[in-house]
Amino acid sequence: MRRYHAAVWDEPVIMEMGAKGRRGLVFREAEKKVADVVGPAELLIPQGMHREDPPNLPELSEQEVQRHYLHLSQETLGMMGISLFGTCTMKYNPRINEIIAARPEIAETHPLQDVQTLQGTLELIHNFDLILRELSGMDNFVFQAGGGAHAAYTHCCITRAYHAERGELAQRNEIITSIQAHPCNPATAAAAGFHVVTLPLEESGYPSTDALREAVSSRTAALLINNPDDMGIYNPNITDWVDIVHEAGGLCFYDHANFNGVMGKIRARELGFDACMYMLHKTFGAPKGGGGPAVGAYGCSKDLAPFLPCPVVTNTDDVYELDYHRPRSIGRIREFWGNVPQVIKSYSWARAMGSAGIEEAAEISVLANNYMESRLLRIPGITKSHPTISGPRMEMTRYSIEKITEDTGITIEDFSNRMVDFGIDAPWLAHHPWLVPEPFTPEAGEMYSKEDLDYWIDVVAEVTREAYEDPEIIKNAPHRQAISQIDGNSLNDPERWAMTWRAYCRKHVS
Amino acid sequence: MQNNSKAHPYMPSSAGAAQQEMLSAIGRKNTQQLFDQIPEHHRISTPLTLPHQLNSEVELKRHLLSVLKKNSDCETNLNFLGAGCWQHHVPSICDEISGRTEFLTNVWGTPSSDHGRNQAFFEFSSQLGELLKLDMVGLPVYSYGCAAGHAIRMSARITGRREVLVPAIIDPERLAVIKNYCEPPDMSNHIRIQQLKYDQRTGLVDLDDLEEKLSDQVAAVYFEVPSYFGLVEENGKAISQLAASYGVETIVGCDPISLGILKSPVDYGADIVVGPVQPLGIHMNCGGGVSGFIASRDQKRYVREYNTLNISITDTADDGQYGFGLSCAGQTSYGLREDGNDWTGNSTYLWAIAGAVYMGLLGPTGFREVGELIVQQSNYAANILSKIEGLSILFDRNIFKEFVLNFDQAEHSVEEVNNKLRERNIFGGKDLSVEFPEFGQSALYCVTEIHNAQDISFLADQLQEVLLS
Repeated sequence: MRRYHAAVWDEPVIMEMGAKGRRGLVFREAEKKVADVVGPAELLIPQGMHREDPPNLPELSEQEVQRHYLHLSQETLGMMGISLFGTCTMKYNPRINEIIAARPEIAETHPLQDVQTLQGTLELIHNFDLILRELSGMDNFVFQAGGGAHAAYTHCCITRAYHAERGELAQRNEIITSIQAHPCNPATAAAAGFHVVTLPLEESGYPSTDALREAVSSRTAALLINNPDDMGIYNPNITDWVDIVHEAGGLCFYDHANFNGVMGKIRARELGFDACMYMLHKTFGAPKGGGGPAVGAYGCSKDLAPFLPCPVVTNTDDVYELDYHRPRSIGRIREFWGNVPQVIKSYSWARAMGSAGIEEAAEISVLANNYMESRLLRIPGITKSHPTISGPRMEMTRYSIEKITEDTGITIEDFSNRMVDFGIDAPWLAHHPWLVPEPFTPEAGEMYSKEDLDYWIDVVAEVTREAYEDPEIIKNAPHRQAISQIDGNSLNDPERWAMTWRAYCRKHVS
Repeated sequence: MQNNSKAHPYMPSSAGAAQQEMLSAIGRKNTQQLFDQIPEHHRISTPLTLPHQLNSEVELKRHLLSVLKKNSDCETNLNFLGAGCWQHHVPSICDEISGRTEFLTNVWGTPSSDHGRNQAFFEFSSQLGELLKLDMVGLPVYSYGCAAGHAIRMSARITGRREVLVPAIIDPERLAVIKNYCEPPDMSNHIRIQQLKYDQRTGLVDLDDLEEKLSDQVAAVYFEVPSYFGLVEENGKAISQLAASYGVETIVGCDPISLGILKSPVDYGADIVVGPVQPLGIHMNCGGGVSGFIASRDQKRYVREYNTLNISITDTADDGQYGFGLSCAGQTSYGLREDGNDWTGNSTYLWAIAGAVYMGLLGPTGFREVGELIVQQSNYAANILSKIEGLSILFDRNIFKEFVLNFDQAEHSVEEVNNKLRERNIFGGKDLSVEFPEFGQSALYCVTEIHNAQDISFLADQLQEVLLS
């Protein structure tokens, strides 16, 4: 085990730092010729709109701000150790892409520039569209969505437009999904105005085809589904599902967040899906940013393409355009074209990997997960979901420490708090509702070496040993992190929560 | 299964014995058996054929640069485009911090192990809260338009009403986003959008029209300060008071970079405030820098309706130590799926960190200075350009950062002018002639703190030449 310890800076909140008069960034005054023409700023602001009370911001020098945020970065374990955060597909975010994206050819461009001045960017976006078409079988991709959930929402908006055109939107007000679909599937469906029908899992590890048949009707607008799910279980009946929903008149959307294990093995369009989504900040090596900026790449068949949000990048004899003239388009689900740097980083990743690299990545991901499973299941107290399913899992497996909790009282949250003491990022657990008690879900991916995976497993074994022999050390963990265990009690109490320093001062400081 | 004998730099197990060791450990002969769950008839019908592998960073970089050199950018051209994505100065410390691998690559650890990131998020909300004078600030959403859309849906939930009033002069990009959030008329939860006329003289919201359209069916009135045309609303108080008299929520969209010289919307009656984060230390990124904030009073009535994840400060097991954790996650899509508020997911959180750094660098005086510089320079530009034969400013009072330049008397279309300006390395203002035909040949020009008087003179000279040609 590493004798790891996190940096501990005991860093004040920035609101408590600095001193009156200090400056981090100064701006010049307006030039004399400007002031001579327009006068002082106060005269240009309508009466009653002047800010009279300066904002109560801290005042720091440039280096104080730099140092403060560097300290905070050092107190962020994230991916600095080993992070096997399931369903998030932790993989290498090639640094070359940060250097490229910081160049003015990308960072200092405006989306409303004439397309003639953005032929480079448009070429990269278009070529990435082509790469995703090859991977998926779809006919057209757009990148306006700011994440996977946003891409699911995009599909719901397109579903609305599709049925509205047929005069059936009022009738078709139901979207079907499964309890194992990501929460954003039902949530975006509801936000788009649909009622949600959620199919339960059965013993096979996925909902039955009969359950789907019972759920479809003339009210069915669409099916939103992932496959494999985040327990690593693949639904072999998925093509029957697509047929059933199509027959009922609905559209089928493949939430391909879990694409890493099946890249180069299946294509969404070949399975009959009308549209699919990939997450560029997962499968395609673009960085996660701690929660974005991100891209949910949305691709669809040529039948649905007219509904895509604008603009769509087109290529005519190597001249690239932005097509804004799409009368059946759903308009915008976000301003502009999406997260252009992320698209370019993903294009770069896909070029660096090539077909062979992508196929190998899928195989390594699934192999590494099965290797991890074999070692993890030999730790007493660790079990996996659906143990009766005989086939190997895909790129993820859902585990439980339910037995350990029964024996020792140590919960998976306690367990996670202790795991970080060994320099590894806490595992992903599962989405709510938990179908498996005390769950955790690692995803090996293709980036981590075997010795990294072994270390991660060794940590789980060690914490399991501690659960039985020395539970107090877990209950009071972490001991080697930037801060001690937080008190979660105030977080959801309106009298005590504080999302800003001013709220904190008002509620807690006398 | 590789056709290249070298190991791949992104995949340690593409080299040596690792794969074989793992296969042996699990008693398998090859990886193919591990894909048994996928039936044969699901398998890919034709082999994957992608552009050839550039596994050497040398070749990869060369390729990317060869394509990117076909771009022309706002460093080598003088840029006057704004309209939802603005060219502001990005401090070097913002680039340094948002480029830190720790912040760039993490996903969502425990409160103790990702303490630094959580504190940075809290500092974003705290500093923005001071600019806005509001105690509740959520983590940012995808964009300004999306923030407005969520705020409108929040208001509908709070009031139980299904109408919203938005200005007629609004960015069509944001309006298109809002339309999707308001659901189509065929759906049972549809929110009807009514647009408020503008005062012909000032370009601001027409109060008479507001009075006519307000009713107890309206959930919220939404207006922006500055507006899409760069105008600072004079009648904010009147608007919000009128709204309040009908039990209507007031949502104001504001530009945070203006809040050193302009009042917080709270001071003219806003209940919910939204706005763009991009002006706070984020590059334009060809539109990829957009991000939007939502803020309000710290009252349950509002807080319970947020769709966002939120960070709250809290205690730890150590006396006197602060920690940070998620607050009100139970009401989000993660907690309640379809019964949660709208939805949330990966968003724009790295930009919250860039914004925290930006606000920390500026402080109160920095915000006053940048606001003054922007308001003076944009008004100066409007003044100078209005003196050019054939050009006029559509609404010449209350300008902040953007203004509308009209070309009708010059008998040149905006498109022609912009094409000619581009030959002179100038990106002219956004062409408004298609989205607002009632304003003829008009363009939205943006002048920020990155410009100076010489830039304006150069623009004026070049425009004059173009118009004479």
